[in-house]
Amino acid sequence: MRKVDLLIIGGGSAGLAAAVEAYDRGIRSIIIIERGAELGGILNQCIHNGFGLGEFKEELTGPEFAYRFAKQVQDRNIECHLLSTVTSVTPNKVVTYVNEEEGSVEVEAKAIIMAAGCYERNAGAIGVPGDRPAGVLTAGQAQLMINKFGYLCGKRIFILGSGDIGLIMARRFTLEGAKVLGVAEIMPYSNGLNRNIVQCLNDYDIPLYLSHTVSQVIGKKHVEKVEISQVDEKFRPIPGTEKVFDCDALVLSIGLIPNNTLLSDIGIKVSGTKGAEVDQYLQTSLPGVFSCGNVLHVHDLVDNVVKEARIAGESAARYIQGDLHVEEYDISCAAKDGVGYILPQHISGSDYEKVDFKLRVRKPTQNVYIEFIYNGETIKRVFKGVIIPSEMEVISLPLSLFKEKKGALEVKLTPKEVNQ
Amino acid sequence: MEKNLICICCPRGCHLTVDENMSVSGNFCPRGAKYAIDELTHPTRIVTSTVKVNDGSYSVCSVKTASPVPKEKIFEVMEEINKVELKAPVSIGDIVIKNVLNLSVDIIATENIELVK
Repeated sequence: MRKVDLLIIGGGSAGLAAAVEAYDRGIRSIIIIERGAELGGILNQCIHNGFGLGEFKEELTGPEFAYRFAKQVQDRNIECHLLSTVTSVTPNKVVTYVNEEEGSVEVEAKAIIMAAGCYERNAGAIGVPGDRPAGVLTAGQAQLMINKFGYLCGKRIFILGSGDIGLIMARRFTLEGAKVLGVAEIMPYSNGLNRNIVQCLNDYDIPLYLSHTVSQVIGKKHVEKVEISQVDEKFRPIPGTEKVFDCDALVLSIGLIPNNTLLSDIGIKVSGTKGAEVDQYLQTSLPGVFSCGNVLHVHDLVDNVVKEARIAGESAARYIQGDLHVEEYDISCAAKDGVGYILPQHISGSDYEKVDFKLRVRKPTQNVYIEFIYNGETIKRVFKGVIIPSEMEVISLPLSLFKEKKGALEVKLTPKEVNQ
Repeated sequence: MEKNLICICCPRGCHLTVDENMSVSGNFCPRGAKYAIDELTHPTRIVTSTVKVNDGSYSVCSVKTASPVPKEKIFEVMEEINKVELKAPVSIGDIVIKNVLNLSVDIIATENIELVK
């Protein structure tokens, strides 16, 4: 069986940045397994601009950003297998992948970085009521069709869900000559970034129906009509609030789910994000297996993906070199009041001086402190005038704040008191 | 009269306020102040789209305006973009349309397309 030092599952932004980091730290035996026909992953179909402000200090489109990282990998002669799918990972870190040329190949790796991205929730996941005609598709599918193959999925399009891809696609469809009739969002607020509401919906007078969902899809062979209704506080459609739109496509932008089954299948612990549980090294519950990018938790900025991937790349390199120390600390981290999730879920060793905590709040909140409580004592408070679920917060804390090196960290939102 | 805007320069999405003296607050970086003034005087946008490619590894190639164009010109720019047909190979940065609509802005390719016979 072939043996390598580092095997990376996924050649998108996370996998590429992790590979470069591990290489630059001295690891030479690296292979990247990528399912698509080119490196760069989802960035290749995200032709809009706004990527890379953090990384390159300029605004790039997705393909441009992807190309810069793909080039870094190619310049280092890192081995990449395209059109290759990983079918299994074993607890002994034997990875099986398949492709047309090699068939089924087993590789034993000293370390694995999981960077397989996420997949889209689809119509089945939310049980859209009504007929099952053609013309119901996810925003990512519609994006792939138009941006890589030149096919527009409809002429009159309704969008369910106000995630960023849905908003971006509302603009894209409009520019390509389709009429976007509206975007329905079941929550009372949008799940997309503010800037995308402005430049994708407001710029083109596309209505956003908050607290609305699709209550009926109508169509014999193809989508003919979509009915939406306002929802009550339990997200049930309110009779009498129906609006019907004549359309030929229903595009869904209703969430992303980490593509983590290769790891969860072998018993690697899963967190509330549906990605793996990790420590600050981004090491999972199986030593030598690391996770980063959207397969760990869904990011809104690729710059954050890259930063996270570099930590995974460094940690994997250290693990391979016998220089990753996990013993000294043992602290669990939990999300409490108002915080949806916190990463990492535990703190183990002391090789890095800082811990990058990442969190999302459950709902839009104003004038609060993000409060870090360690063994009952507040060690850090960060004030936020406005904090929203669609924007991930990254808060970096020095490890020296955790004096006892054991115990529990809780992260919660505390309202700022008036006159304080 | 105060105006409230959301900055679109980056995904941070700062909430900006512009007062009657055109003074901007709420911006995290200088780009926000410039955006707010521009947005109230002559709003501009980067336009991204695709153009047809012949003999390429893909049948379309992604493109963008090299700098922002006036917002009211977006659909006219799209019409120009839709007239173009390229022949592979295409490289990132290739000029697809020089000085589109005399706006002093080029349309440039944002991905590489290989020649496929």
